[in-house]
Amino acid sequence: MTDLLSRRAVVAGMGVLGLGLLAGCNPARGLDFKYGKNMSNEILGRSFRLTDSQGNVRTLSSFYGTMPMIFFGFTQCPAVCPTALARAAQIKKLMGRDAGFLQVVFITLDPERDTPEVLDAYVKAFDPSFTALTGTPEEIAAVAREFKVFYEKVPTGDTYTISHSSTSYVYDSRSTLRLSLGHSLNAKECTEDLLTLMEIC
Amino acid sequence: MAISLQPIKRGLAALALMGMALPALAETSVSDAWVRATVPQQHATGAFMVLTATTDSKLVGVASPVAKDVQVHEMTMNGEVMGMRQVKSIELPAGKAVSLDPNGYHVMLMGLHEQVKEGTQVPLTLTIEDAKGAKQALQVQAPVRGLTADGSTGGHEHAHQH
Repeated sequence: MTDLLSRRAVVAGMGVLGLGLLAGCNPARGLDFKYGKNMSNEILGRSFRLTDSQGNVRTLSSFYGTMPMIFFGFTQCPAVCPTALARAAQIKKLMGRDAGFLQVVFITLDPERDTPEVLDAYVKAFDPSFTALTGTPEEIAAVAREFKVFYEKVPTGDTYTISHSSTSYVYDSRSTLRLSLGHSLNAKECTEDLLTLMEIC
Repeated sequence: MAISLQPIKRGLAALALMGMALPALAETSVSDAWVRATVPQQHATGAFMVLTATTDSKLVGVASPVAKDVQVHEMTMNGEVMGMRQVKSIELPAGKAVSLDPNGYHVMLMGLHEQVKEGTQVPLTLTIEDAKGAKQALQVQAPVRGLTADGSTGGHEHAHQH
């Protein structure tokens, strides 16, 4: 009896392990990113629920099977956001035939001014495959908290601009956070790390 | 590349430097001015350029008929956080090329009356104040570059932060 139980336990344990392997895409020899930060031990952005420009609800699992690269910004941003989007478009070019695997996701921090139409036209000007997500100001605030993304409105005259974190977050094809890419990295450096991640998942 | 180097004024400044009988004119040249295109319904965009003053001066204001409100902003990177703030003026030390580009000081055109389209030109009026407090208006026609245009202007003396 005890013998049987322990055997069962072992089989169950193996099953759980097997599932873990399937679910997590474990790297055989560790993830060795040259430029970005390994985020495998961090849990960020697991439960966001936002809408895309067509009004579809999108969660992290919507991007299952692709390598989503998520970052935050606003369309009235003169510098960091167009630079990050232009870099993402260039990364896709550098990735060549693997480019289709990368899903660029831009989340607005200015949902009051960035209508779905403006957002859609804006990100698609950089690459037609890019997705933009928005939500209510409360939803965006919750998502930013979830990603530990800092942002704040800065009043300028009778309007405002926004200061915000500029990091891009990359998940593997099983929706596990893997990599963060700083704003100062160039497209070639980012591409190298993204290809490293693709090797495992 | 350089669109309005104002060679005549430069020449005058050079003559003045050579000790000719001309008053020392405070002149500012503008090069590589451009504005980033927008998509429909987008209400703000940036204008960029390189300014070089012959005497210590300040950029104290910008106006444009395409926008309700024109402001000068400064972008700073604090670690991974991009900080944005409005500034009242930009110092233009004599002879130093000061770059207004997406990585630092830049002009924000806010409350755009209509879409800013690539290939068109945006008129800008810069107000420059010299050390004595005399103000001068400078007209610039800034060509509109695509939304996806590279962030840097052509300023050689500007050190980019990487």
